Amino acid sequence: MTRSFFRSVLTAAALVLTAMVVPVVHAEEEAPDALIKRLSVDVLETIKNDKAIRAGDMAKVIALVDLRIMPNVNFQRMTASAVGPAWRQATPEQQKRLQEEFKILLVRTYAGALAQVTDQTISMKPLRAAAEDKEVLVRSEVKGNGDSIQLDYRLEKTPGQGAGWRIYNLNVLGVWLVETYRSQFAAEINAKGVDGLIATLTERNKNNGKKA
Amino acid sequence: MTLVQMITTFCQAHPTAWLDRVLRMGLVVAVFALQACATVANPDPRDPMESWNRGVFGFNDTVDAAVIKPVAKTYRDVVPNWMRTGVGNFFGNLDDLWSGVNNALQLRGLDTADSFGRVVINTTLGLGGLLDIASEMGIERHSANFGLTLGRWGVGAGPFVVIPFWGSSTLRDTGAMVFDIKGNPVNHIDDVPRRDVLTLVNLIDTRATYLKAGEVVEEAALDKYSFTRDAFLQRRRNQVYDGNPPEEEELPNPDDALAPKQ
Repeated sequence: MTRSFFRSVLTAAALVLTAMVVPVVHAEEEAPDALIKRLSVDVLETIKNDKAIRAGDMAKVIALVDLRIMPNVNFQRMTASAVGPAWRQATPEQQKRLQEEFKILLVRTYAGALAQVTDQTISMKPLRAAAEDKEVLVRSEVKGNGDSIQLDYRLEKTPGQGAGWRIYNLNVLGVWLVETYRSQFAAEINAKGVDGLIATLTERNKNNGKKA
Repeated sequence: MTLVQMITTFCQAHPTAWLDRVLRMGLVVAVFALQACATVANPDPRDPMESWNRGVFGFNDTVDAAVIKPVAKTYRDVVPNWMRTGVGNFFGNLDDLWSGVNNALQLRGLDTADSFGRVVINTTLGLGGLLDIASEMGIERHSANFGLTLGRWGVGAGPFVVIPFWGSSTLRDTGAMVFDIKGNPVNHIDDVPRRDVLTLVNLIDTRATYLKAGEVVEEAALDKYSFTRDAFLQRRRNQVYDGNPPEEEELPNPDDALAPKQ
């Protein structure tokens, strides 16, 4: 083996590594509002082009949410925020159950709203955030038929994971999801404890599933 | 002005026998709900009358499930979509008129121009409001009632109130309703049966629009009352501050204090 051959191999390896690394770095640098825009347009386009979803096929909408949206959500933080102080006292097993059941509940609810999409478009509002902010507020508007629906997201920076940002709270028409569920969960926990909350969520998900 | 006085004044202004009776019945229900006062488990500072409100909310829900929702469902199933859209547009046009007045009171020039522009275009080109030409032309709707005007003038919302038949409101918005009622052109029609029919049609059409949303709430809420209340109060506050409500103190990120990280 000659030295020039090794040099070629190293150059090739370096090029391959660079090619592999560059897209990852590029993905990490996606701005949070660009991420939301990409996701929203992606999901809206899929819904508009899929007749089954527009007809109300709940299973398909849920699959869509699971595949496209969930990977960009910090669901543990969402659940912990909604559960409140009781989260710290819960066992890891309880925390896992809470997360699972809350996710099923939210996906169904979010899916219910998505199934009503017809020909809406998304427009992003200017992002007001400093470059070093670890948490940002991204504001968007869903427009259709003269109505415009405010849709805001809170994202946290997750360098190295996925697209570099993850959603931890959602706001529709001025109503923050985590805040609304915080009082729902607090009432259940005060009455029946964390296990009671898990039971209520499981029961609710079962009933909602039966209606589908 | 107490709720009782308000309702009585309303009844005197609208001497329709049956509507009168229905409203007085609502009053009786409200009084009974008051009797059922018990202390609430988790008092919410925005809702000092929670037990009263829960009583009325339950009553409204029962009436809704028994009467209004079935009628709205039949309306949705029987009346063709284009006709329902026309009805919605017609009443939306009337709403735009009152919204224009309120936007003017709030000194919002562009929104006022939009609202009155919508009314003129939809009334003339839109066949008396049946067609929503203005939206197709891109003129946005800026819905505003007198409660919103008061809020933007700086009047605080006051306690959360559930009104019999009507639903969620705040003390400020309830007081403002007297003006909203006067601002609705339908209520100025002298021919009483025609006015009542129009009022009913508006009610059923509005309910039909929110049928799907109602189903989402049924599935998503663990406690329908607190869910509806919290969503309503957040939304109202958001409207008053035009989409930019001042930050309420946010709970710290629970992850920061957690010991085991996955």
